[in-house]
Amino acid sequence: MTDLAIAATGLRKSYGDKTVLDGVDLAVPEGTIFSLLGPNGAGKTTVVKILSTLTGADGGEIRVGGHDLATHPQAVRAGIGVTGQFSAVDGLITGEENMLLMADLHHLPKAEGRRVAAELLARFDLADAASKPASTYSGGMKRRLDIAMTLVGDPRIIFLDEPTTGLDPRSRHTMWQIIRELVTGGVTVFLTTQYLEEADELADRIAVLNDGKIVAEGTAEQLKRLVPGGHVRLRFTDPAAYRRAAFALHDEVTRDDTSLVLHIPSDGSQRELRLLLDRLDACGIEADELTVHTPDLDDVFFALTGGTRRPVQPEEAAR
Amino acid sequence: MSSPLAPTRPARLSLALRDSATMLRRNLLHARRYPSLTLNLLLTPIMLLLLFVYIFGDTMSAGIGGGAPDRSVYIAYIVPGLLLMTIGSTTIGTAVSVSNDMTEGIIARFRTMAIHRGSVIIGHVVGSVLQSIVSVVLVGAVGVAIGFRSTDATVLEWLAAFGLLVLFATALTWIAVGMGLVSPNAEAASNNAMPLILLPLLSSAFVPLDAMPGWFRPIAEYQPFTPAIETLRGLLLGTEIGHHGWLAVAWCLGLAVLGYVWSTARFDAEPK
Repeated sequence: MTDLAIAATGLRKSYGDKTVLDGVDLAVPEGTIFSLLGPNGAGKTTVVKILSTLTGADGGEIRVGGHDLATHPQAVRAGIGVTGQFSAVDGLITGEENMLLMADLHHLPKAEGRRVAAELLARFDLADAASKPASTYSGGMKRRLDIAMTLVGDPRIIFLDEPTTGLDPRSRHTMWQIIRELVTGGVTVFLTTQYLEEADELADRIAVLNDGKIVAEGTAEQLKRLVPGGHVRLRFTDPAAYRRAAFALHDEVTRDDTSLVLHIPSDGSQRELRLLLDRLDACGIEADELTVHTPDLDDVFFALTGGTRRPVQPEEAAR
Repeated sequence: MSSPLAPTRPARLSLALRDSATMLRRNLLHARRYPSLTLNLLLTPIMLLLLFVYIFGDTMSAGIGGGAPDRSVYIAYIVPGLLLMTIGSTTIGTAVSVSNDMTEGIIARFRTMAIHRGSVIIGHVVGSVLQSIVSVVLVGAVGVAIGFRSTDATVLEWLAAFGLLVLFATALTWIAVGMGLVSPNAEAASNNAMPLILLPLLSSAFVPLDAMPGWFRPIAEYQPFTPAIETLRGLLLGTEIGHHGWLAVAWCLGLAVLGYVWSTARFDAEPK
């Protein structure tokens, strides 16, 4: 056993002539939360499928839980738990029967299986719904049952593929709490998400996957330092004032002529802010709205995955 | 957790048995919770039995009995065929439930667990064979209720008849599982499995082979249902079995092996 729960080098996968993963390296230390972040279609799910033995890789060396995935897939399977993007519960049977099914497949003795099932159902707030068919559960309940089923075998490494996609805000926060509790027991969590906030909130380390390649990796702080995303945003309603301001600040401004918005790079410090305000005052310009924007993972994401700057409009609404 | 790093042969066998038993329990639970599919499929053979005996009965029995309409002769003639048709009908349900199951996320979960790989399929097969037997018993009971009687079949012949039904159910089930695995959804599975219930109509189930047009006779005679029907008839009613016996067994073994190879290859194939 190494101290890496997951170690992959040069992971490759294509479907037909479409390359999905083009040399991905991953190193996830034991007992940490690792988040794979990327837009739709970046290959996140394919990475999870490969690491969890669902799909074979075309190339690369992979060790999961210290076992070589290519030669000992069953040993890998014995140590992992997977909660995929689409709920992996049996909708035709009850929540409790789903749990007992997992207990049987992990070869737990009858009594222990019942104990573990009851314990996990209670822990995930499903005890009341335990005797109802899983197909009648809400999205959040299904996801909780899904994770509870994953935990039956006491896995050391847990893969969560977009665990909060489609959940309402309350269920999402419940799920985050669950994920945080998992690692306190020394479990390693490999999480994919398209929500930057989620990665920022949970992950010890984040890798950004785009177009089948890891384009950046590090802690949330390290990633934020990668891009100069800090700026002051000035919004105008009067086109004449907008043009005057754009002219006065022409040397450093990014213009958005349709929505009458100017972006001025800034580290957000009081000194820089005062300088900017002085310049505007000197020209007699008054903006209708001024916001200070410090770099966040969104900036990293758009800078690394889009090539262009983030769309201006939905920036506040997206939060 | 017990990690089967280097499982020995007996350990692997016991793992296979244990996981298959778990999967069988799961499938029986499905069947018990949602009996409507099984019961619907049971209706077809029972309706056909009543239709042919009570509506077409006089004409059909006149044809069989050599001119004089005798309903009990015709009941005796068609019950064996309908018992086998019941198996065909039940296995359509198998194709549908396998196809449904494969679209469920839980199959992906099973694939990432350290369980015996074939157990999912074996659970379906054993469950379906058990369901077929229950269905055959129910249709057989209807047959007995309307007057079907086995004429002087020995205990050995009864056992052989039961064995044939189990073997036939196993063969059709493996084929149906393959059909379920290649079908993208339940509708497609049900369409693909149609031949399993249409074939008996083109066999000696309802009318004897020599009452069919000459060009069609070889098709009817050598398809899987006719030999099985003739063998079952011989065992239960004492008619001539002849070459139908080994043809029936050969068909069953052939279809079972084909279905097994096909299904396991499809199941092991990488999911898209």
